[in-house]
Amino acid sequence: MAKAATTIRATRDNPVNNKRIASDGVLVETAPDASRLALRATKRGATNFQKSLSVTLPRKIGTSESKAGVTAMCLGQDEWLIVDMKKPDDSMVPKSESKEISATDVSHRNVAFTVSGTNAADCLNAGCPRDLSLAAFPKGSAARTVIGKTEVVIHRPANDTFSVECWRSFAPYLFAFLKDAARDAAL
Amino acid sequence: MTPTKPQPYRIAKRGQLAGARTVSFTFDGKTYEGLAGETLASALMANGVHLMGRSFKYHRPRGVIGAGVEEPSALMQISRAGQNDKARTVPNVRASVQEVFDGLEAESQNRWPTLPFDMGAVNNLMSSLFSAGFYYKTFKWPRAAWETVYEPFIRAAAGLGNAPERADPDRYTNRFAHCDVLIVGGGAAGLAAACAAAAQKRDVILVDENPELGGWLLSDTDIRIDGRTGHEWVAERVAELKAAKNVRVLTRTTGFGYFQQNMVALNERLTDHLSRPDIDMPRERLWQIRAKQVVLAQGGIERHMVFPGNDRPGIVLAGAAQTWLNRYGVIVGTRIGVFTACDSAYAAAFDLAEEGVEVAAIIEHRDTISDDIRKQAEEFGIPILTGHHITNTTGRLRVNGMSAKPHGDGGKEQDFEIDALLMSAGWTPSLHLYSQSRGKPAWDEATQRFLPGKSPQDCVSIGGCNGTDDLNAVLMEALEAVGSQPKRHDITDDISCSGGMIGATGTSADKGKAFVDYQNDVTAKDISLAVREGMHSIEHVKRYTTNGMATDQGKLSNMHGLAIAATKLDKPIPAVGLTTFRAPYTPTTFGSIVGQARGPLFDPVRETPIHHWAVENGAEFEPVSHWQRAWYFPQAGEDMHEAVDRECRTVRETAGVFDASTLGKIEVVGPDAAAFMDKLYTNGWSKLKPGRAKYGIMLREDGFIYDDGVVGRLSENRFHVTTTTGGAPRVMVHMEDYLQTEFPDMQVWLTSTTEQWATIAVQGPKAREIIEPLVSGADISAEKFAHMSVVECEVCGVPARLFRISFTGELGFEINVPADYGRAVWEAVWARAEPLGACVYGTEAMHVLRAEKGYIIVGQDTDGTVTPHDAGLSWAISKIKPDYVGKRGLLRSDLVKDGRRQLIGLKTKDPTKVLQEGAQIVADPNQPIPMKMLGFVTSSYWSGTLGHSVAMALVEGGFDRIGETLYVPMEDETIEVEVTGSVFYDPKGEKLDG
Repeated sequence: MAKAATTIRATRDNPVNNKRIASDGVLVETAPDASRLALRATKRGATNFQKSLSVTLPRKIGTSESKAGVTAMCLGQDEWLIVDMKKPDDSMVPKSESKEISATDVSHRNVAFTVSGTNAADCLNAGCPRDLSLAAFPKGSAARTVIGKTEVVIHRPANDTFSVECWRSFAPYLFAFLKDAARDAAL
Repeated sequence: MTPTKPQPYRIAKRGQLAGARTVSFTFDGKTYEGLAGETLASALMANGVHLMGRSFKYHRPRGVIGAGVEEPSALMQISRAGQNDKARTVPNVRASVQEVFDGLEAESQNRWPTLPFDMGAVNNLMSSLFSAGFYYKTFKWPRAAWETVYEPFIRAAAGLGNAPERADPDRYTNRFAHCDVLIVGGGAAGLAAACAAAAQKRDVILVDENPELGGWLLSDTDIRIDGRTGHEWVAERVAELKAAKNVRVLTRTTGFGYFQQNMVALNERLTDHLSRPDIDMPRERLWQIRAKQVVLAQGGIERHMVFPGNDRPGIVLAGAAQTWLNRYGVIVGTRIGVFTACDSAYAAAFDLAEEGVEVAAIIEHRDTISDDIRKQAEEFGIPILTGHHITNTTGRLRVNGMSAKPHGDGGKEQDFEIDALLMSAGWTPSLHLYSQSRGKPAWDEATQRFLPGKSPQDCVSIGGCNGTDDLNAVLMEALEAVGSQPKRHDITDDISCSGGMIGATGTSADKGKAFVDYQNDVTAKDISLAVREGMHSIEHVKRYTTNGMATDQGKLSNMHGLAIAATKLDKPIPAVGLTTFRAPYTPTTFGSIVGQARGPLFDPVRETPIHHWAVENGAEFEPVSHWQRAWYFPQAGEDMHEAVDRECRTVRETAGVFDASTLGKIEVVGPDAAAFMDKLYTNGWSKLKPGRAKYGIMLREDGFIYDDGVVGRLSENRFHVTTTTGGAPRVMVHMEDYLQTEFPDMQVWLTSTTEQWATIAVQGPKAREIIEPLVSGADISAEKFAHMSVVECEVCGVPARLFRISFTGELGFEINVPADYGRAVWEAVWARAEPLGACVYGTEAMHVLRAEKGYIIVGQDTDGTVTPHDAGLSWAISKIKPDYVGKRGLLRSDLVKDGRRQLIGLKTKDPTKVLQEGAQIVADPNQPIPMKMLGFVTSSYWSGTLGHSVAMALVEGGFDRIGETLYVPMEDETIEVEVTGSVFYDPKGEKLDG
């Protein structure tokens, strides 16, 4: 077996690196790189997998748990999206295979934007049909939905802050959409 | 009127525009002055201008009729001074609602050469030719004339204003919102309901299409609510709403669509009333509201009277005249007549009389009126002729006389000189949104009107649109609607809006031009004719006459038309029916509906991680579904043909590097992964060993090819599935659909990983030499890493999934690396490849290379009616699997019979001729037309490698025609072709090993 002659500097590069737009009451910026796991699991599988995580896996659809830079969002009855901001380059796929889970690395599939400010919800509601009021979508909520013509996962880590994940090739569109929406968020 | 005095019809002390700024605007090139805060129609009338447009069919002179969105006649082309770039001009704007501003430029429509002298008015003289059903009768034959004569003629004559010639430069935005209560209409009812709901701390959105809240209370100066004028009461409510935190008030906002589950669409207009709008401000904002409760408080629309000559400029709705006077201080004339069947017109007449306007006579259609009203009229010295109707009017460009007589035969006709005529046939409750919510209007016999029936959604109608006329009842109803305790107010309102009539007056259903629908020039006689000619449902009458089909959608005309038809049919009104109300309530711009989805935001354009390298290296691109893919990489001086030739040759002789990142990828994981794959694909997967890959075909239930791709088995429980670029989303949905509905017991999960991986194909004899030094953690030698293998390893030090696979027929690899590293790995591969003489190639070369090998592309060589057998892929169908999606379909009689189209190769007799994709194929080019078509060309390219063109085609019984000569008739020549097998290059597959 030949030893690799060439290795590259492992710097991640996405289509919206360091994007940022500030408008009246809205700040949209590209979130830092993260490690991401698409987890599907049986109940037992989820319980076992949880042991390898610093957070507990929330069991109620639309909720999330966050701890030490790791957020686990429950998006379906057997589906979670887990985002680790602390160790962006480490895969969360377990080394040994279990029949009870499907753990798939999607670290590079998604790109996230942080949308914050007093008008952040209005900015997202330019294209997102969900009720993002604090009553309907309180802090900690997470859901797969759409913004404009893009599928997204929206997570609300704080009252005035949203994290919006989309697939990487949709990120330039989503950023342009949010940029336009931010201009109209302060009525 | 003295021409030197500006605004001679303005009563300075009346109305609410005291102290308003004077604005200057033009109408048909002439400059006028108006007051900020009034409408264009009001400002024109202040200057004595009543002639505002021409009707659609007969080009009759028309003035403004109403003071609201129901306006059918005063439609104008509106532009802004200094913005004559023809991009922002708007046709068919109702002068009755357009707010006047400095620099507004209005132009009348549908006239030539000028508004007072219009050549099109000749239609009026020939009106007997243009009766109901005219188009259907006249343009029927000769048949051929439809395309060449009639349609162009009708198209040229149709349409009122001019559409802007350039792209709309303005911004349009969208907002989704949720609320507890959405209240549509900000009149007395809506305001009361909004305040009550706000007091309960409910989230309230209140919308009104006008610039100001208040509705009719702004037009009536006689009302007192608990001692306050209507204005004072409105001001108090508005202040209350402003102070409330949970209330959003949207003015200049129309609720135009009511959909399922209390989804209501609103159109907010932000700049159409401004002289110099901020360019950053959106012109319109579309609101899509999901409301827990909807309160409809839209009020009613006053009907005109149907009588001969009821369309001359100066003939207006009584309520509109009252609005112009009491809001804007404008009188419609100095000596007016009134024709009414409703009490409210008296209030308008008395208000005008207070300002010194002479009222020649009130022609009352009813036989009696209340003593109270009669007494008030006497005090003003106004004569009332009860039980009368108007038989005709005079005046060309402005009404100057009316004639009236008692109902029935005989009776003396009296003539009156007038310069304006007020009319009122009562008020039609606005059921538009209620009807759109799937509500069924119910006929109220007592008041002769349709009212809201049951609400199919959580929706309640209050006030005028609910048929509630008494203001005290309205306010109580409003509070009740939102669950508040209703309370009585002390209200004085001396004249109500009781009374009314529907249908034609006098003999106008049979004689004279009594307009029912002003905008489409439909007369009462036309409706009668339609009934005589067999139209017995209102839906047929409407379409035959075009009654209610203009831009105002019959807001004035529907009830009259219905009543005339019912009378002629001698049926009760509900038996004739009511046409359905559909969105939008008023004309809504495309811009508003399109919102942000224009230009770069029209649709996402997807780019691969390697895209920018391709841009920097001169690639030409082609769109493939949402993706931009590198098409070819021309070098200096090369055209496309030369570049593709070079790329193909280099791949075959040396190697090429290709960005395959757009390929769809799905991770299929779980203990039942192989069993699931067995069900979804035609071939067997259980025996595929981890580390091996296989070509798979996916069918639909009907047995036709749906997608294909290479699938690698990474471990016992994990497959890496690839799909076509365009097929990725639907394949994922197809798989998930079957998993959830047909195979829910299988323990397997699907995850889309298309974008997790950047995919770099390296193909050609030197492929291994290029990548071998970059790979660690795997032995990729020919012996250890055979064709159709997959291994997880590292490439350039990043985790990778490496396939040995070929879509060119050459030795080939596909390197999958996490997408963020895609470009860096690509550059490292290129740094190895370039010195070895390899090239980068694009999708065009990829297509040629695969066509030379007879590899199909789903969607190009298949069209949804091709089975794997038809495509020569029978080898990829398992004969032993008990079941898979499409297995049953493949056995259908049509799919197994002889003579199906089969995919074969074509070689042109003249090797330099390249067939056109889609060209049809026949056996005998000399047969008479229409010829029997045997099939068509699916793929066709010039093959530089082979020195002749190559093509694939679907041809009836193709497999049995190998060696036959067929013909491809083109426009200017017939091309002779030979049927061949579809593999043109290296049929034995010896090159796969380099």
